[in-house]
Amino acid sequence: MKPAPFAYVDPRSIDEVVEHLARHGEDAKILAGGQSLMPMLNLRLARPSVIVDLNRVGGLDSITERDGVLFVGALARQRAVERWATPRLPLLAAALRLVGHTAIRNRGTVAGSIVHADPAAELPALLLCLDGAVVARSRAGERQIIARDLFHGPLMTSLRADEGVVETRWTLPPTAAGWSVREMARRHGDFALVGVAALVILARGAIARVRIALFGAGPVAVRAEAAEHALAGQTPKPALIEEAARLAVERLEPMSDLHAPAAYRLSVARTLTARALADALARASEGGH
Amino acid sequence: MIHEPIRTVRLHVNGAKHERSVEVRKSLADFLRDDLDLTGTHVGCEHGVCGACTVLLEGEPVRSCLLLAVQADGASLTTVEGLADGERLHPLQQAFWDHHGLQCGFCTPGILLTAKALLEENPHPSEEEIREAISGNLCRCTGYHFIVEAIRAAARP
Amino acid sequence: MGAKYFGAAVKRREDPRFLRGEARYVDDVKLPAMLHAAFLRSPHAHARLGAVRTEAAARVPGVVAVYSFGDLERWMKPLPLFGAPPPGLAAAVKFEIRQAQQFPLCRERARYVGEIVAMVVADTRARAEDAVERIEVDWEPLPVCVDLVSAAEAGAPLVHEEWGTNLAVGFRHAVGDVATAFAAADTVMGETFHIQRYVGMPIEGRGAVAVWDRRDGTLTTWNSTQVSHFVQQGLSAALELPPHKIRVIAPDLGGGFGTKASGYAEDVLVPLAAIRLNRPVKWTEDRREHMMSAAHARHQVHAIELAARRDGTILALRDRIWLDLGAYNVWGIVLPYNTVAHLLGPHRIPSMAVEFQAVVTHKTPNAPYRGAGRPETVFAMDRAVDRLARQLAIDPVEIRRKNYIRADEMPYDLRMPYRDGNPLVYDTGDFPAVLESALRASGYEEFRRAQAGLRARGVYRGIGISGYVEGTAIGPFEGATVKVDLAGHVIVATGAVSSGQGHETSFAQVAADALGVPLDWVTVIGGDTAAVPFGVGTFASRSAVTAGSSIHDAATQVKEKLVKAAANLLEAAPADVDIEDGQALVRGAPASAVPLARVVQACIPTFARPGVASPDFEASAYHHVPTVTYASAVHVAQVEVDVGTGHVKLLRYVVSHDCGKVINPIIVEGQVHGGVAQGVGGAMFEEMVYDDEGQLLTGTLMDYLVPTATDLPRIETVHLEYPSPRNPLGAKGLGEGGAISPPAAIANAVEDALAPFGVTIRETPESPARLLALIEAGTT
Repeated sequence: MKPAPFAYVDPRSIDEVVEHLARHGEDAKILAGGQSLMPMLNLRLARPSVIVDLNRVGGLDSITERDGVLFVGALARQRAVERWATPRLPLLAAALRLVGHTAIRNRGTVAGSIVHADPAAELPALLLCLDGAVVARSRAGERQIIARDLFHGPLMTSLRADEGVVETRWTLPPTAAGWSVREMARRHGDFALVGVAALVILARGAIARVRIALFGAGPVAVRAEAAEHALAGQTPKPALIEEAARLAVERLEPMSDLHAPAAYRLSVARTLTARALADALARASEGGH
Repeated sequence: MIHEPIRTVRLHVNGAKHERSVEVRKSLADFLRDDLDLTGTHVGCEHGVCGACTVLLEGEPVRSCLLLAVQADGASLTTVEGLADGERLHPLQQAFWDHHGLQCGFCTPGILLTAKALLEENPHPSEEEIREAISGNLCRCTGYHFIVEAIRAAARP
Repeated sequence: MGAKYFGAAVKRREDPRFLRGEARYVDDVKLPAMLHAAFLRSPHAHARLGAVRTEAAARVPGVVAVYSFGDLERWMKPLPLFGAPPPGLAAAVKFEIRQAQQFPLCRERARYVGEIVAMVVADTRARAEDAVERIEVDWEPLPVCVDLVSAAEAGAPLVHEEWGTNLAVGFRHAVGDVATAFAAADTVMGETFHIQRYVGMPIEGRGAVAVWDRRDGTLTTWNSTQVSHFVQQGLSAALELPPHKIRVIAPDLGGGFGTKASGYAEDVLVPLAAIRLNRPVKWTEDRREHMMSAAHARHQVHAIELAARRDGTILALRDRIWLDLGAYNVWGIVLPYNTVAHLLGPHRIPSMAVEFQAVVTHKTPNAPYRGAGRPETVFAMDRAVDRLARQLAIDPVEIRRKNYIRADEMPYDLRMPYRDGNPLVYDTGDFPAVLESALRASGYEEFRRAQAGLRARGVYRGIGISGYVEGTAIGPFEGATVKVDLAGHVIVATGAVSSGQGHETSFAQVAADALGVPLDWVTVIGGDTAAVPFGVGTFASRSAVTAGSSIHDAATQVKEKLVKAAANLLEAAPADVDIEDGQALVRGAPASAVPLARVVQACIPTFARPGVASPDFEASAYHHVPTVTYASAVHVAQVEVDVGTGHVKLLRYVVSHDCGKVINPIIVEGQVHGGVAQGVGGAMFEEMVYDDEGQLLTGTLMDYLVPTATDLPRIETVHLEYPSPRNPLGAKGLGEGGAISPPAAIANAVEDALAPFGVTIRETPESPARLLALIEAGTT
């Protein structure tokens, strides 16, 4: 399958990029990693009249840490971030290793996966879990959109058609934080049927802070806030974990599709939440490793 | 005369310089096959799943069906045709031959290049690591058994 | 005959070109001024075709032609149909058969999503696709029939109205006395099993390149097909050309598995365009087209009952079987009867009654795919045996030991015909020995001993067995021509087509042994209709036996000619002359040896003299096999199930098999591995899914899940050898075997693992969602 015809531009600066977006709006699509867009072009499911190739814009691939925040440029490849994160942010590294396969991660960008907002993708949930945000640029300037405000629906974000993401930001948890990513996929590297990312910080044996994010369990990635409230300040116990897992799925409305009915996603979300919490708590007790 | 946007692409493939005019919507896979006559890179799905189109871009495996040819302007690629050194096969190619690591051969170029990148990053992979590394390359003929053995054999020295 | 190469694990000689990326698959064929075809395919499962307006499409820059039925009407002939019952079979079984004609382009109606409506030819594939989108069609959607059980019932929307029914193949068959056996039984086990629609999915799709030479009226077409001679015959009828004016060349194939062994519209449409336009035309199938228009397969329901004694002896079997053929019955009785012929397998069951209904529905038509009815029937049988064992509280091994046909009962007559019309008599094999071998190799006893302890710790592991007997190497024939050149080197041409089986090596081994030449001296050419005039092709695990035997026969004849000529040259008696290692010599006198090249050259007449003999060193043979020969195997699968998610991990997979005498053991092992992998896919991952409107929901490889390297363990193979008496090589076919038992073995293993939950596995694939639902139902 070959793409429908399109015009192709490869600007050298962000300003040029936003100019193209301003001019063409919905008719333009940014090409960054291409791992989501190219299949859609090849299948003729997407027919933008203009492809704006981001890959020649310099300085967009940086990965830097400052004041407890990780700044990841829009062109930083998933594989590059995986390598950076392996010793420094194992939660993100573990999630990235579940994204497709090496060849996909060599081109795919972290920002691209987030903007694509597939309900079954890991990275949007990780952005929620790590209190993250994206920075969007347009002719009007720059704005930060926090994760909670970003995902509107399947493949839909609150980004306007004239905006391009230039950076994603991730709050770095303390090194002693416990973490876990658990997902259920048909095959290694496939989109998850359902998955959970969890972060736990203990203080004197009690849960000081916890983040639980689910993916594949609804139209968008979500934080399990009811579960988080139930856990906050508590001493970890098996019954507490079970209750948190129950709360995590209480209001969920997963989708049914070819690969799994909603009931399956609900049931497994609950099981994986309990397992992820147990993992994360174990790691937190050992000092985060 | 056809009115499709075209661009000039200059790139290195297997160490050789090439310059061509190409339609902007043409994939890198099609460009290698049609314009450079390097038909060793195969097209199996055009949606990035089967891995038959895998080439090395600056030494790293990528799906050439998910790259536009114009994106490779200025790049350095390795395709399967670049593995052998004249008559002498690359150790991976030799190992696949010795261990019956191929049957129909259609997935083989993609797997060879994926394995090459694996061994450069991880010279002594475990069986599990090998299977994970090639899990993005579909094979319908071999059941992967002898492919894994071939890669292990190539890794041994 | 020296057996220097036969049985040797010779490294494949064809590998270097594949390893270097220098093979030539159909899409690698490039010709000057070549055009590209793309097809408009029906988006409806069932619709009446009104006007087809192609003007806008024809105006797309680069487009050379747009064709719908009316444009090519003169050449629209029905596509080939197969599968009429041979006389021996028709005499024993009363078949109701209906086969409707399908034309290369839809005439007034489309009957499945993917059926071709129009063809565009342009200077690039991309522009051809642009034009396809601009073709306007007036469709009138019609009611759709997609469920195979209700398709057989009155009131279902009809796929072919003139039939008045959707029943494409119907028959009953019985052996022994089922009624008495069921009445006398201590117990009856009944269950219904669903085997899903799943397919070959080669990594290379189909494709064809055609070029017409107006000078001599010859058509040459490269076609990624397993059956070059069938394609040639189809083209000869469609194009009204004699066969010798049509050359079909099978290039290197990126997999076949039966998917490329059927007759397709594109086979004739691409040549038609090439002839009309007087330019080469290429069509390479893309994956989305492949999913909706390359042959589908499997898809059966078995309502099976076993009648047994309390001690587990099976007395009789009843099976009511449905098969969903898709929109056209292309293959006649092949899949239905294959299913029935392989149902009893290695079991001694004196009475059997089956009722078979193969129906048409509004889906992509089926063709035989690796196993061709055997995986489905073995699933029904082995699952039924396990359910019976559970019902009687007998170990699944014990029940098989009790019921497997013993070696001293061979040859074993099932008292019914095989698909080729000949009596179904198992020739050689020892099914209990194969069973014991598989059990030993898989550590069955140790597994059972450890199982309870693991369960107590919440680790749910299971072990499952499946065994089959497979009729292989079906006739009617395959052909080979063997020739010797001036250098004494050898060309072997055959109608068999390699799609990864290594024919260039294994057939060379047979020829080299038969002739007495070094392996390197033999070149094998497969699937080129110009190289051998009559042929059948590669499918049904047939080529090692049929092509191999023909090559053996032809090479033996050539050797005799060489010996006679050498005898003249050496002035000895032919009985005293040998050929070894490419040299002719008088036995016992090594100094007399002369290279074969000299023998050949000595036969070429010069001005001065005629040759020492005629330089006719060519022979053709069309080996006719008396009937199929029976291979067998037992597979054992070990699994671990995560009862919280339904995820199944395949821990070990063991195959113990008999495929008679083996030409090249490493090629044999590779074939087993590949078959097992496809079987695992069918057991756990793969399914072609349609919705109620006949829309294909699994349209890409993101949805149709082919197993990857992380989904499969090492595949452990044990070879046993019970030579076949039915061909000079003593060989049995094996290409399909690996794919037959995995769904049954794995389902049996999963059910064993989940025994504490009282789970019954009734359908494949055993997806995590299905299993978790069963586990949760069992826990409540």
